[in-house]
Amino acid sequence: MADRSIALWGFLQRQNERAMQRPEIGSVTAAALLFIFFSIASRGAMVEGSTLARIFDTAWPYGIMAVAVGLLMIGGEYDLSAGVMVATAGTALGIMATEWGINIWLAALISLLICLALGAWNGIMVVRTGLASFIITLGTFFGLRGANVALSKYFTGDALIERLDEAPGFDSLHAVLATAFGTPPEDFRVSLFWWAGFTVIASWVLWRTKIGNWIFAAGGDPTAARANGVPVSAIKIGLFMLTAAAAWFVGVSNAVRYTSVQAGQGVGDEFFFIIAAVVGGCRMAGGYGSIVGPSIGALIWGIAFIGIPQAGWDLGWRWAFLGVLLLVATLINHFVGERAPSEHGDY
Amino acid sequence: MTTDAPTEHGQAAPAPPNQRRPIIEVDHLGIRFEQVTALEDVTVDLYPGEVTCVLGHNGAGKSVFIKALCGVHQPSSGHVKLDGDPVSLDSPRRARALGIFAVHQDLALVPLLSLWRNFFLGAEPVHGWGLFRQFDAGYARATLAAEMAKLDMEIGDPDRAARTLSGGERQAVAIARALYHGARVLVLDEPTTALGVQQAATVLRLIRRTAERGTAIVLVSPRLEHTYPIGDRFLIFRRGHLAEDLRKDQVTRDQLSEMLAGGTERDQIEAALLEESPDDVIDDL
Repeated sequence: MADRSIALWGFLQRQNERAMQRPEIGSVTAAALLFIFFSIASRGAMVEGSTLARIFDTAWPYGIMAVAVGLLMIGGEYDLSAGVMVATAGTALGIMATEWGINIWLAALISLLICLALGAWNGIMVVRTGLASFIITLGTFFGLRGANVALSKYFTGDALIERLDEAPGFDSLHAVLATAFGTPPEDFRVSLFWWAGFTVIASWVLWRTKIGNWIFAAGGDPTAARANGVPVSAIKIGLFMLTAAAAWFVGVSNAVRYTSVQAGQGVGDEFFFIIAAVVGGCRMAGGYGSIVGPSIGALIWGIAFIGIPQAGWDLGWRWAFLGVLLLVATLINHFVGERAPSEHGDY
Repeated sequence: MTTDAPTEHGQAAPAPPNQRRPIIEVDHLGIRFEQVTALEDVTVDLYPGEVTCVLGHNGAGKSVFIKALCGVHQPSSGHVKLDGDPVSLDSPRRARALGIFAVHQDLALVPLLSLWRNFFLGAEPVHGWGLFRQFDAGYARATLAAEMAKLDMEIGDPDRAARTLSGGERQAVAIARALYHGARVLVLDEPTTALGVQQAATVLRLIRRTAERGTAIVLVSPRLEHTYPIGDRFLIFRRGHLAEDLRKDQVTRDQLSEMLAGGTERDQIEAALLEESPDDVIDDL
C-alpha cells in the first residue's frame, strides 16, 4: 500500500510539474480566480445565465483575434493594425452591400481578399525591410484608421453604414455568422462555436503539425530556423495574413449581426488582442506560447468587463484592471518561463 | 606512403591511407568577391573516415573554403567533385541534399524548442493523410533517443528545451541530427571553442567516433590542442592558398604550431585586410 501511494504521489507530482510548465496555466488559474472573486463581489449575479451570455458576448471577438495574434506573436511579430482592420472588413462589406447592391456573400469574399492583401502587405514589408513589425503595422494602423472613415464617407456620405439587412443574401450570411441560441437576455451567439473551433484548429496546427514547428522556430530563432531550411519569411507573411483573415471574420460577423458598421471603430482594440495573447502565456519576443492561453486571456477580459459593473464598481476600473493584469501576467510568465526546464508539456 | 618533409608550399596531395576513393575532390578551386581573391587554386581530396583539420589565421581562406563546401559561396574557378562527378553546390540546401552538412556552434539548435522538435526541424516526419497530416511526435521522440544512444550520448527527456543542454550536449545533438539526415561529409565550425575541458573532450571523442564510422569530417578550430589528437590530416591556409597539406605521420604538433605562428606580421596584416566581410553563413541562404 505504501509503495503504491508513494508511486501515486510521484505520478501526481510529475503531472503537477508538467501542468505548471504549460504556457496557459497562468491564464486558466487567473480566469478561475477572477470568476470566483466577481461571483462573490456581485453576490452571485455573475453565475446568472444573462451575465454569462454577456461575458461570452464580450469575449468572443477578442478571443478569435487573440488566437491569430497569439500565433503571430509566437512567430515573433506583432500587428498593431489588427484592431482597425476589423473595421476595414466591415466597412468594405458595408459599402459594397448597401451602396453598390452586391450580393453580401460576394461582398464578404471581396472584403476577405482586401484584408488578405493588407495582411500580406504587413508581412512582406516586415520581412523585406527588416524593420520592427511594431513600426510597419503602426503605419498600417494609421493608414487604415484614416481610410476607413474617409472611404466610408466618400462612398456612402457617412461614417456609419446602415441597413445591411436589405442586401441580397443577408439572411443566409446572418445565419452562418450571427445566429442566436436562447432567448434574450440569455442569448448565446454562434460566434462562440466559431471561436472554440478556431481555438481547437489553431492549437492543433501549432502543436501537432510541421507548420506549427516552423512557427515556433521562426519566432524563437529565425537564423537557426533558416539554417535548417524553415521558410521563415513565408511563415511570417502567412501569419500576418492569418491575423488579417481573423479581423475579417470578426468585422463581417459584427456587421451582419448589428446590420450596421461604424467605420471609425476598432481603434485601441489591437492592444486588447496583444494583452490577451501575453496573458495567455505567449512570449513577447516570440518562440513560445499557446493558443488556448490567448483564448482564455480574452475570456478574462470578458469576465472583468462584465464583472466590474456587476460588483457595483465604477467602469473606469476596467482600464486599471487591464493594466494590472498585463503587468502581473507578464511578470509571472517571465519568472515561470525562466525557471521552466522543458517545453512545458506538449499538449 | 610518402614521407616528404613538410615544405613551405607543399601542394602535392599525400597518398590516401588505403585504397578508398575520395568522397570529395576539390579541383583548382578559386573564389573571388568583386576584386578580392579570397581563395585561389585550392586542390584537395577528402576521404571518408578521415578527420581533416582546417587551420590558418583569420582571413587566410579557411572559412571561405568550408562555406564553398557547404554551398554558401560559389566557385569563381575550378570545381568540386562528389564521388567523382562534378557537382554544383549552389545552396546549403543543395549541399545537404548531397550529404554535405555544416554544424555551427551557435546556429545548431533553436533554444526554446524541445529536443525532438529541434532534431527534425525542417524535415518533420508526418503521418496521417491530407489535411490531417500531422507531425509524428512519437516517432520523433523515439528516433531522437535511438540516435543519441547510437552515439553513446545520454541527453534525458526529449521534451527538454534545447537551451537546457550544455554546450557539449548541444553539439552532440546537432551532430546526431546531421548523421540521421544523411550526412556523409560533416563540416564542423569551431565545435569546441566555447566549451570547457571535459565537454570539449566529449565532443572530440564523438567526432572521432563519427569519423570511424565512415563519415568525412572537416574540422575548423583555432585550437591545435583540440584538433591534433583527433585529426588525420592538416590543411594550412595562408592568404587564400592551401599552403600545407600534411598527414599526421608527416608532422608533429609542435611543427604545426610553428607553421601557424610562422606567418610574418606583414602576412598577417595583409590577410586581415583581405579578410572577407564577416557575413554570417546564414545571410547567404
